Amino acid sequence: MTRAKGLRHRLAELRGPDVPAKALDARALAALAANPGCSRRAILDGAGVDKARLAGALGAPAGFGQSQFALTRGNAFEARVKADGGAELLRLAHARLDPGAEPPATAAVPDLTAHGPEGRTARTALALREATRAGGWTLLDHPMLALDVAGSLAFLEPDAVVVHPDGSWSVVEIKSFPMVDGAADPAKVGAAARQAAVYVLALEEVAKRLGAEPDAPAPAGAPVPRVRHQVLLVCPKDFSNLPAASAVDVRKQRAVTARQLARLTRVEEIADALPEGTCFAPDLPAEELTAAVEAVPATYAPECLSACELAFHCRDRARATGAVTRLGRPLRAELGGLATVEEVLAAAHGVSGDPDDPAVAALRRAAALRAEALREAREAAEAREAGEAVSCP
Amino acid sequence: MSLITALARLEAVGTGRAQPAATVRHRHLSRHPLVFVPLTTAGETGAPLGALVGTDRDAPRLLVVPQPRDRDLRFTFLADLADVVLPYIDAYAGSVEAAERTETDPETGKRVKVAAELCADAPQLIVPSRTGLDFVRLLGRSMRFRRTAEQDPDAPYPAPPRVPLLGRWLTHYGERARVPGSSLLLALTDVLSRHWATGQSGLEDEHLGALLAWIDPPEGLTGAEAARRAELARDADGQLLCPPAGPATDPAFDNRLLAPAIERYDRARTALAAAEDPLEADDRLAALGRAEREVRDLVESRTRPTWDAVWRGLDLLRALPEGAHVEGRWTRDRWSFTGHRDRVLAGEPPQPRRDDAVTAANKLATREREQARLEAQEALDDPLVMAGRRLAGEAFAGEVTDVVMAYSEGRRPSPRPLVTVRTEDRPHLAQRAKVYRSLGGKPQSAEFVGQEADGVLVLRVLDKMGRGKEPEPGSVPEKGDRVCFTLFEHEQRGGAKLPDPEQTPWTHGGPPGEPAPEAPDTVTEEDVL
Repeated sequence: MTRAKGLRHRLAELRGPDVPAKALDARALAALAANPGCSRRAILDGAGVDKARLAGALGAPAGFGQSQFALTRGNAFEARVKADGGAELLRLAHARLDPGAEPPATAAVPDLTAHGPEGRTARTALALREATRAGGWTLLDHPMLALDVAGSLAFLEPDAVVVHPDGSWSVVEIKSFPMVDGAADPAKVGAAARQAAVYVLALEEVAKRLGAEPDAPAPAGAPVPRVRHQVLLVCPKDFSNLPAASAVDVRKQRAVTARQLARLTRVEEIADALPEGTCFAPDLPAEELTAAVEAVPATYAPECLSACELAFHCRDRARATGAVTRLGRPLRAELGGLATVEEVLAAAHGVSGDPDDPAVAALRRAAALRAEALREAREAAEAREAGEAVSCP
Repeated sequence: MSLITALARLEAVGTGRAQPAATVRHRHLSRHPLVFVPLTTAGETGAPLGALVGTDRDAPRLLVVPQPRDRDLRFTFLADLADVVLPYIDAYAGSVEAAERTETDPETGKRVKVAAELCADAPQLIVPSRTGLDFVRLLGRSMRFRRTAEQDPDAPYPAPPRVPLLGRWLTHYGERARVPGSSLLLALTDVLSRHWATGQSGLEDEHLGALLAWIDPPEGLTGAEAARRAELARDADGQLLCPPAGPATDPAFDNRLLAPAIERYDRARTALAAAEDPLEADDRLAALGRAEREVRDLVESRTRPTWDAVWRGLDLLRALPEGAHVEGRWTRDRWSFTGHRDRVLAGEPPQPRRDDAVTAANKLATREREQARLEAQEALDDPLVMAGRRLAGEAFAGEVTDVVMAYSEGRRPSPRPLVTVRTEDRPHLAQRAKVYRSLGGKPQSAEFVGQEADGVLVLRVLDKMGRGKEPEPGSVPEKGDRVCFTLFEHEQRGGAKLPDPEQTPWTHGGPPGEPAPEAPDTVTEEDVL
């Protein structure tokens, strides 16, 4: 307990005095799994630092933002899907996830309003317990779930959770990208699945707690309420505003995220390795901030550009140090131990490097072949020009 | 990424300028391509905001939807787009030349040549980026099942005439763009990054402005600086100096400029509808015109830089000489265009939502075959590509050091000369492996006999030496010649023939049965949210 408290205190110090912690949402948690090796991202997210503001203070603001058109449409679609007490949503859940169960004739939609995130989390857990006991279909609209991330609680708000008649729970994700002819953009579906996997993990925590209660809602013998590993993805159908749904299996994403979250405990180690007095408060001068950020190693790759607010800063640093990974991860694999642009070019042109190193030998061979081909092409071009000069007097 | 391309990228970082990744142009460029720079509305599916389209770089046609959520305005946009694109297509569909096509005779089952028409040239569509390709497909899909009032008088919200036809053409172009090496519909960023290696990652190369900045940086700037400026620099209003190439717009543009302008347009429209006397209506109509003008100006301000960038990119590509096999691949594109023209003329229904099993398998087989063909042809056309294959051990070049005449055993001995080649390459050759070289554009095969010493290979030439006992002059390499052999075949054989759709086995869903006409998409009163 004191250890957890100590860590929390330490993280608050890193964030800076009077800077509120930025809540880790499911999107951020899921993105964490995309680049698990990055200590910089782990500590900043773990400490609840507002990375967008930090990036702005560093002079490399992120290009993220959402168009109000997309926002309006997303909200309008969600409202439409959940209209009539969620009748359409439950019909889709029945058809896609649980066709064997009785069709949802009436559905309970419990009121989940409460004060503050803790209150809403407690209210959600209560509603889940009651719904599981009652049997029948229940729709939880915007429940609040808590997940322990590196010693601090992250509050998550799924679009909806459905309780099935058999007492199992499933997550619903409502997205505004289209499902045209039953297929949606795989990259967007993947992102939605990673996000839903975080909700599944959080729901499993709730289920575990409920199962441990003395008057557990599940019948004796059954351990805990089951959280389904198939989530319901609801998207607009073709070019209309009608909903279409599909069951998405998130077992793999769930396993990956669970493993990453378990590894996140390293936040403590990273924090311990930082110099005394390190602080990421956005109102500090840019040089101090740069030094503070520089104190934590980052593993930048171009994929970061679409996921992390700090990516432009890390890219500039990677460029300044001449790191080769900023040209893409696969390139790094080709080059063996050569990590900077200067090293590679020097090795390729025979200035440095051990010729017995297979990576160096391959590079020199590649450089020689490339030079030969370019020379050949130049000669061909000259011959062509000379030919044209002759044919057009 | 091969090591040679990786090296080129690193050299680009070192020199601050993109380095050649090809020495010839590997894609066909039409003399009069149709450039299409679309913008879409964030969050809405297939709801265009506007586009610049045309074949004249100085006079693009600007099409704008002042309120993208209005179905009528969207139909007007699509009808206008059809008025630009379809005449362009028709101009090519009309001019044909005689050609031959091999077909399987239904009675004898033999392959026979039949006379056919082939369009003398085909229309070419250019979009700025890969997301533009997806948008063309999406537009095609959204239009081809629409019904016009003429086709179906009871159709709710009938589409303007020719819109479904435009949908079919865009679908065909979108599908053809999936075939490797085809040039009917090109994404400029793809083509540019095929020919130049920049000092940034492939992901960042999808930004047209940044890509051009590396290839042709403005005076006084390195590629890296110019690319960064193209990506991130904003003016005092917070707007990007180099707007994204679309179809998605910058959120800051949507929120600060576009949304207020669209709102003003909406208000002007409501005011016009509420006008009570003609004089008032005139005033309000003028106000509506001004509001519409404002949205048009905004859309033009975001598409025009991209439009100019596309033409600049085309200029850069035109400066490269065309690869020798590009013409042949373009002929395949012309066949594809002619085939679709014939299907439209024959009154066939639009492409189905899902292909049947045999069509899908055929498409996949075609793409695989074309991929192999493209890889082989690019290597033969371009020493730089061949260098990559040589590095990978899939080809080798060297000097002929010795030629020994030998003959095959048998009743009629044919020449099988043994050729010794000295090379510095390290090909992965198995015993009796087949290798190929290009002899006057045709592949000549040889087999690997053995290795005399390190880097000294003995090959037995097998064909293309004529029918006589003595090989035809020039058909056998001579001592001192420089030769280049590949381990991959130069021409692709088609795979096993697939059954007719009526013979689809039950494992693949069985025969598709009578084709049922595809139903139009469901429409709701409010199509948008």
